[in-house]
Amino acid sequence: MILAAMLAVPFLGALLTLLAPSGSAPRQILLARLHGLFFSGVTLALALVAAVAFDYGRRGPQLGVDRAWAPSIGLRFHLGVDGIALPLVVLTAALTFLCMIYTARVLPAADETAHETGGGSARALVGLILLLEVGLLGTFVSLDLVLFFVFFEVVLIPMYFVIARWGGSPGSRARARAAANKFILYTLLGSGFLLVGILLIAVHAHTLDLPALAARHGAGLSHGVQVAAFALVAIGFAVKAPLWPLHSWLPDAHTEAPTVGSVLLAGVLLKMGTYGLVRIAVPVAPEGARALAPWLGLLAVAGIVYGGLVCLAQRDLKRMIAYSSIGHMGFVLLGIATLTPVGLNAALFGNVAHGLITGLLFFLAGAVRERYGTVDLDELGGGMLAKAPYLASILTFASVASLGLPGLAGFWGELLALLGAYQPHAGLPRATYITFMAVGGLGALLTAAYFLRMLARITHGPVAERWLRTRFADVRTYELLAWTPLITATLFIGLWPKTLLTLTDGAVRALLGGR
Amino acid sequence: MIALAAVAILLPFAAAFVGMLFGPTLSHLLTPIARRVRRTGPGTATGRARVLARRLPANGPALVAVLPVAASTVLTAVIAAVQWQRPSVRMGALTVVRTGGVPIRVSLDVDGTAAVVALLVCCVALAVQIYSVAYMRDDPRYSSYAAFISLFTAAMLLVVLSGDLLVLYAGWEVMGICSYFLIGHYWHDRPTSAAAVKAFLVTRLGDVGFLFGLFVLGMAARSFDIRTVLGHVPAMPHATVLAGTLLLLCGVVGKSAQFPLHTWLPDAMAGPAPVSALIHAATMVAAGVYVIARLYPAFLFAPGSLAVLGVIAAVSMLGAALAALAQDDLKLVLAYSTISQLAYMAGGLAVGARDGALFHLLSHGAFKALLFLGAGAVIVAVGSTYMSAMGGLRHTMPVTFWSMTIGFAALAGYPPASGFFSKDAILAQAWRATRPGGAHTDYGWAPGDASGHVSGHASGVAAGVVREQVPAVPGWTGWLVLVVGLLTAAVTAAYATRAWLVTFLGERRSPAEARDATALMRWPVAALAVPALVLGFLGLGSDHLRPEFGMSVVSLLFALAGGGGVFLVWNRDPAIDPVRLLGSARPLLRDGFRVDEVYSALVVRPVLAVARLVLRFDTRVVDGAVVSTGRGARRLGGLLRMTENGNPQAYVSGVLAGVVIIVLAVVVLT
Repeated sequence: MILAAMLAVPFLGALLTLLAPSGSAPRQILLARLHGLFFSGVTLALALVAAVAFDYGRRGPQLGVDRAWAPSIGLRFHLGVDGIALPLVVLTAALTFLCMIYTARVLPAADETAHETGGGSARALVGLILLLEVGLLGTFVSLDLVLFFVFFEVVLIPMYFVIARWGGSPGSRARARAAANKFILYTLLGSGFLLVGILLIAVHAHTLDLPALAARHGAGLSHGVQVAAFALVAIGFAVKAPLWPLHSWLPDAHTEAPTVGSVLLAGVLLKMGTYGLVRIAVPVAPEGARALAPWLGLLAVAGIVYGGLVCLAQRDLKRMIAYSSIGHMGFVLLGIATLTPVGLNAALFGNVAHGLITGLLFFLAGAVRERYGTVDLDELGGGMLAKAPYLASILTFASVASLGLPGLAGFWGELLALLGAYQPHAGLPRATYITFMAVGGLGALLTAAYFLRMLARITHGPVAERWLRTRFADVRTYELLAWTPLITATLFIGLWPKTLLTLTDGAVRALLGGR
Repeated sequence: MIALAAVAILLPFAAAFVGMLFGPTLSHLLTPIARRVRRTGPGTATGRARVLARRLPANGPALVAVLPVAASTVLTAVIAAVQWQRPSVRMGALTVVRTGGVPIRVSLDVDGTAAVVALLVCCVALAVQIYSVAYMRDDPRYSSYAAFISLFTAAMLLVVLSGDLLVLYAGWEVMGICSYFLIGHYWHDRPTSAAAVKAFLVTRLGDVGFLFGLFVLGMAARSFDIRTVLGHVPAMPHATVLAGTLLLLCGVVGKSAQFPLHTWLPDAMAGPAPVSALIHAATMVAAGVYVIARLYPAFLFAPGSLAVLGVIAAVSMLGAALAALAQDDLKLVLAYSTISQLAYMAGGLAVGARDGALFHLLSHGAFKALLFLGAGAVIVAVGSTYMSAMGGLRHTMPVTFWSMTIGFAALAGYPPASGFFSKDAILAQAWRATRPGGAHTDYGWAPGDASGHVSGHASGVAAGVVREQVPAVPGWTGWLVLVVGLLTAAVTAAYATRAWLVTFLGERRSPAEARDATALMRWPVAALAVPALVLGFLGLGSDHLRPEFGMSVVSLLFALAGGGGVFLVWNRDPAIDPVRLLGSARPLLRDGFRVDEVYSALVVRPVLAVARLVLRFDTRVVDGAVVSTGRGARRLGGLLRMTENGNPQAYVSGVLAGVVIIVLAVVVLT
């Protein structure tokens, strides 16, 4: 029941934002902020209770709810978490709560053409984020194919409005709206493929229940159906992940989205794609996976190098972080493409690590924009370590974590993905994968290169002439409140990867049907 | 024992966090206490108490930096003493991390070599931390500086003591990032910042190969545990061992700054002098050599790798020594000298002198740290890093002068300083390797003890066949290392003598009154002079490290020729730098054979150009395709919309036209 409650609370919170309280605009804004903090806080508490109640010795889904939903077509309201979903559930709840802390102080300016007062705008933003949370959590806990798809789609709508209405800067709303349009159309296109794939599976397997499908390991589905199903489902998830070359919605959406939007987009939304591959595509159609995995690996590695090169030439900090996501998700996808327990563990570890680190990076980019009014590397000049030493130090920390330093979260995902590629699943061409590994290793070097270049350009050197007279605060308390949990978690799972790996390893073996 | 080792690693690790977060706060807390002690001092008694009170540092970061590493030094000394008394291999695993494939064992593994290298690391780190308290006294960012040195110390100890290859790799990379932060300590200076980035990226390039080497060996053995891997090596296919060790060499070449990945080290001198002493002379750069020594059995089964190592070592050895001769910056002389000396160790490993290489690692660690710290004192006193601004410092800086004299003598290989013995151990083994049948290593490895805990098959196979199967080091490698090593001995003596003469003797060129540094900086330098002088005698206790008479005489002759030549030139006119002997070759040598320019043209600029191209491709083609699909759809919609124009006449005409077409079709088809 705890999972159902975890979905109900933010949903209730989102519904309640429809009620307009009386009072002046500042009071309404305050109420909206408290509202968001309360409901996301309760959701986080429920997620943590779920993590405590979770039986770490068991492999299969637990804490489940399984009710008939639309019996005539076999739909069930089936929820549950296992070691794969639990880290993502906690990550989602935590990131949303941190976003609420952040939003409680920095409310993005709403679209000036909107008719509501400031209070209405704040309430709308809080409601949309809570609705987004419902969709995200629902995606990670649903164990029925159609239910999964419903939650998967629920996410799109609030995110569209967050980008379109609160994105960009007041002068460039048109660009934010264009980015939002591209985001929703592109991902809807992907969802179309996904839906066809899901229906194909449902028609041939005669069930929508994920644990049942996974337990069969593809039995009952012919080779052709499996290949087609894997291809369709994988294209749907690949748009979300994003897999090169289906990524071009991402830089625009990230750049234009408000800080909280970027954080949730990078931190959790992208993970829905890779999670879907691990949860649905690989276990349900293993033969299809084996047939198409080398292509997945090829595109993943291409994304790693491509993302690295684009970042190296990038001038905009937010765009750079966005493209770095393509590289990092490339490692996650490479891990999946190996079809080994190591690779899938790597993917799940990389998911969580990327969520923490890139979430932090987008928070920082937002803080930089708020202070300097720009995120252009040339305009920022240099000397941030002199101008705002704490901000620059945290930026350095996040960058170093992102480039995969051992002892911080980013390392293990990349290491294990490469290790998986060194010895992929027995049915896959090993020489090809060793090439992927070598190229991926060089991609990791590129990652280091562009992050260090960025740090050298904006944090090192003398303070640029134009900023000498500008004064602004270094890191503020509410920022520290929102960021410290991310920093601590990055350090913790980096230094003690065992926690997360033990959690995912059992579940991954269960999915792959291993020992 | 393992618990002690773990504590020795964790202490500086914790110190790094505490110092970074709470160092300045601690100062605030301590200041009132220190003041109170100072105030009560005169009343209570003796001047001794007052002196203590005045010295009691209200310097939080310094306390957090020095005390833990001092404790670690004591712990590693205890470990080394126990190993000395009862040599054995001691292992312990903290935990096993399941990865889904080959697990990672978070374990430590202490043998004699590891213990003594760990002790060296702690001693140098302690000397550097104490020295830094004074050297960085006025630096506003001392706190983070000291914390990174602590973190570095912990990482290096992890590399030395780790029992698992991937845990070793973790320490290896953390050292790299500490090196980045410490080189970039003066980040407001753009070239310094660039040097830090370059150091990290060049070593990381090697580390990519290193990691893959670990994969190759680890996956072949189905374990990343070092001893298990070494136990499986004899049973592995030759190609696997060769590929694995060659890939490992990439990382070693990067970390130990050997040709062709040496270019970061001279630039790294932009960091503070104590950092150069610790990281870029005594410890991190030696880690590459240490790792080969640690995995030596694997290399013994891949003579091809050892031959490659020998060639790399020969090129680095002589090239860097020549470059050192042409430098004007005292720290750059020492930097190139470090490359050259590390190449001696690498060359030693290539010809089977494992113990000789480790011996040289220890003595070099001592005397090079001494030279860098001394150079730091000289630079602070003179206010310049250029030797052209020094000279005649012998009288005003006696402690530094005598300490550095010992250091330079050890570098040049003059007896009885330590460098003479350790270099000789390597050259003697190279000479043995040139003779047929004499190529056996000085390393008494038997797979029985190396794979002691490997059960069953692999170790049984290994124990039976290994003695006969260890392939010999090719004879030409021995000749190469020997000849180049002797030539380098002459050049080394030449540049060491030149640096010594130009800095301390001759006429005084510095305008300011240069004095010996404060006690906190003087004592570490003087203390390091002791091992730099006497460490060599330890080798007398071992059969294969004891100097051989013939080789000693030959190498000493080479060294005397180099040093004596420079002295004669200098003696004619002490005002002129003997480096003018190099003539027109000097600019080329000073720029380190312009390898940097080659890299810039072949790697850096092409990569940046490709990056710009890819960015344009992404905007125009990848995103362009998406955007134009959208536009295309709208345009298509626009075309279709023309039919829906709301004009009844048009609709009726359309209906009529349709009727006509249908009728015609019916008529024609029937």
